[in-house]
Amino acid sequence: MAHLGSHSPDGKPLTSAATRHPRHITRRSLLASAALLITTGGASARVVTKVLPWDPNEAYPVVPVKPGGYLFFTSEEAAIVDAVVDRLIPTDDLGPGAKDAGVTTFIDRQLTGPYGGHDWLYMQGPFSASPLPTQGLQSPLVPRQQYRLGLAALEAYCKTSFGGRGFVQLTVDEQERLLTAMEKGEVVLPNFSSKMLFSAIHSNTLEGFFADPIYGGNRDMAGWKLIGFPGVRYDYRDVMEKPNQTYQLPPVAMQGRPAWGEH
Amino acid sequence: MARRLPRKDVVIVGLGWTGSILAYELSRTGLEVVAIERGPWRDTATDFNIGTAPDELRYAVRHDVFLRPKQETLTMRNNPSQTALPIRKWGSFLPGNGVGGAGVHWNGQTWRFLPNDFRIRSHMIERYGEAIFPEGNHIQDWPVSYDELEPYYDKFEYLAGISGKAGNIKGQIQPGGNPFEGARDRDYPTPPMKQGYAQELFTKAASGLGLHPFPRPSANISAAYTNPYGCSMAPCTYCGFCERFGCANYSKASPQTCVLPALVRQPTFEARTDSEVMKVNLSADGKTATGVTYVDLNGQEWEQPADLVLVCAYGLFNVRLLLLSGIGKPYDPAQDEGVVGRNYAYQTGSGSTAFFEDAKFNPFAAAGSLGVAADDYNSDNFDHAPHGFVGGASITSAHTNGRPILYHPTPRGTPTWGSKWKKAVSETYQRVTSVGAQGSVMSYRNNYLDLDPTYKDPLGRPLMRMTFDYQDNERKMANWMADRCDEIAKAMGAKQTQLNRLVGPWSVVPYQTTHNTGGAVFGNDPKTSVLNRYLQSWDVSNVFVMGASAFPQNAGYNPTGTVGALTYWSLEAIQRYLRSPGPLVQL
Repeated sequence: MAHLGSHSPDGKPLTSAATRHPRHITRRSLLASAALLITTGGASARVVTKVLPWDPNEAYPVVPVKPGGYLFFTSEEAAIVDAVVDRLIPTDDLGPGAKDAGVTTFIDRQLTGPYGGHDWLYMQGPFSASPLPTQGLQSPLVPRQQYRLGLAALEAYCKTSFGGRGFVQLTVDEQERLLTAMEKGEVVLPNFSSKMLFSAIHSNTLEGFFADPIYGGNRDMAGWKLIGFPGVRYDYRDVMEKPNQTYQLPPVAMQGRPAWGEH
Repeated sequence: MARRLPRKDVVIVGLGWTGSILAYELSRTGLEVVAIERGPWRDTATDFNIGTAPDELRYAVRHDVFLRPKQETLTMRNNPSQTALPIRKWGSFLPGNGVGGAGVHWNGQTWRFLPNDFRIRSHMIERYGEAIFPEGNHIQDWPVSYDELEPYYDKFEYLAGISGKAGNIKGQIQPGGNPFEGARDRDYPTPPMKQGYAQELFTKAASGLGLHPFPRPSANISAAYTNPYGCSMAPCTYCGFCERFGCANYSKASPQTCVLPALVRQPTFEARTDSEVMKVNLSADGKTATGVTYVDLNGQEWEQPADLVLVCAYGLFNVRLLLLSGIGKPYDPAQDEGVVGRNYAYQTGSGSTAFFEDAKFNPFAAAGSLGVAADDYNSDNFDHAPHGFVGGASITSAHTNGRPILYHPTPRGTPTWGSKWKKAVSETYQRVTSVGAQGSVMSYRNNYLDLDPTYKDPLGRPLMRMTFDYQDNERKMANWMADRCDEIAKAMGAKQTQLNRLVGPWSVVPYQTTHNTGGAVFGNDPKTSVLNRYLQSWDVSNVFVMGASAFPQNAGYNPTGTVGALTYWSLEAIQRYLRSPGPLVQL
């Protein structure tokens, strides 16, 4: 529904109606003269005048990730990613590592969203074959392609170099040595930069280990507990009153914390 | 084909800090004002809701509230002999987008530049002689003095409720404030923020070294405050989600908290969002702006005629709009002629990371402008003669946040993954702090902005090209500052310190600072400035251009306080212009 009083910028009355979020007309929207510019393709710009527009949930809250299954990875790819992230942040006496914290699921869901296609980035060509290091990201490959092509290249490399074994079948020691060489770009994978693959998985692993658990990683706030980050409490005036003292409360995430459900 | 709209008195390009202040002040006098903003409408309750705001991945890492490079970016290179390539993903700086602009996601440090910063060329010559200036520099005096701007700094600080401690009231030095600051008429509207343990150590150590530490002026305010526009703010809770985030607490000064509630009630004001201005339209002789042409989300073009055009986008995009509109002569570095794009500058970052044996810094309990600073090495507050560089830095101890995706420091030499990395991250988080120096960057012949010959935006217009690198003068200054920071860090009791020097060419990859300045500078000579001293175009007198694009070179401070002051300074001139249109400075 268009807000009452909707008009195009040249003041012509609007006969069709479209809003960013279809909803019932409320008293509030009747009072508001915040209007939307209606255009033939359905995309809209907005005119705001006399009152602040107030549309609930304009912040489009994140849809919580439900673990289970993969939306992008094949089961073979997921197994390789599981093995890689388990080396990058291993489970040890300090607590769960990346695999156990759900980082593979985190990466899978990220790849299906706008990040996976570099949807928000400038991806117009031409792409230079010899960019300066100071010019940053210059590859036309979006994260989904980096994972699909990169993991296949890694697997092909492993099978050739390790007597038919894939990455998952390598010993922990072999995996660590291979990842160390990939980080330095010393491994030549067939048709793919080992450094680019390492760098994608490494940065996504850190994200998944430390991001809010709502995205599917950082399960039980394992990453936050490791360092003592209390999450999204949003009020630390008490901490400011007690300098140089250990913070005692457990972390809280955007959806609360598990104990809140235990009544 | 553009559809022509009814005429307005004033059209404003961009609804951030400068656009919203001017829109309010002009529409309340009854003028018909329309602001055209290319991003969405944003407000606290709807867009920075407490249930969604503290999300590091979404905002700090994926850049949700920033301008998306897909919509517009720049190309960059370090020097004119290289081929510029697009900044495909933001890194070094983060331009805002939408209503509120970068005023939504800033940290809130709200400084006044020092009296010497405004006449740096004359001052340095008087004290040291011409020989102190670096090769190829374009350093020039500002066309206004600190004393002229003082009442307008005051206006902006009282608009934003800034928390701080005055160091100089009417010439009387105030204990606990910054003794180097220019004389101010009165103290800040709200008292300084509470400081953390690191700041306590810094204050003691810096004082012991003979320096003069003081709490930073902060737009994350310490106490409830209602500003002269009737907008109310609430005290900061030190949540640690300032920079890159909207504030859900109404505690960070922004157009949302300080201006929009008053502005939107003005019956002669209208905002059009999701609408991108293509160019400022000019009369046939090129001497008068007739309005702007913009395009909405559906690709429909609209022509908005207006008597006055106020260019209020982020500084870099002001410069691009002038280039695309043909206002002012583009800068040509080969001939060293022309003005639009000339004197682009940035800032340096250097310092020392301090590892303590056993401390609990609680870095998550923080705010964007929490921190203490010492200005003993800023501007010309110290003798430059032995050092061979121009400029200086503000040295600070601060924790702006402890958000772990981007903040999980480890000592140099630690592996980047594996059990050893995990152990180091776990052991370091609470016991590390830093002392940092944010330094000035001078203007140079070979640091400039122009239109890129190859890359275009989705509307088919050329991207702007940035040619920039740090020069020897800046490296020398920043690295000298890193040593000063290290002395303080050691005096604070650090077990181990690591110097962070300015090495290698400027890169777009790591975040450095969103303090891009210049390109449409103001001055007294049209050969070296785009705007006169009132931020009015020399060439098209009904165009005024706000923002840090007007700075002739950059200082060792965050720019927003000065941008705010210049806006109020220019507002008075605009009001004079409206009574009697024409150039406000006659040559």
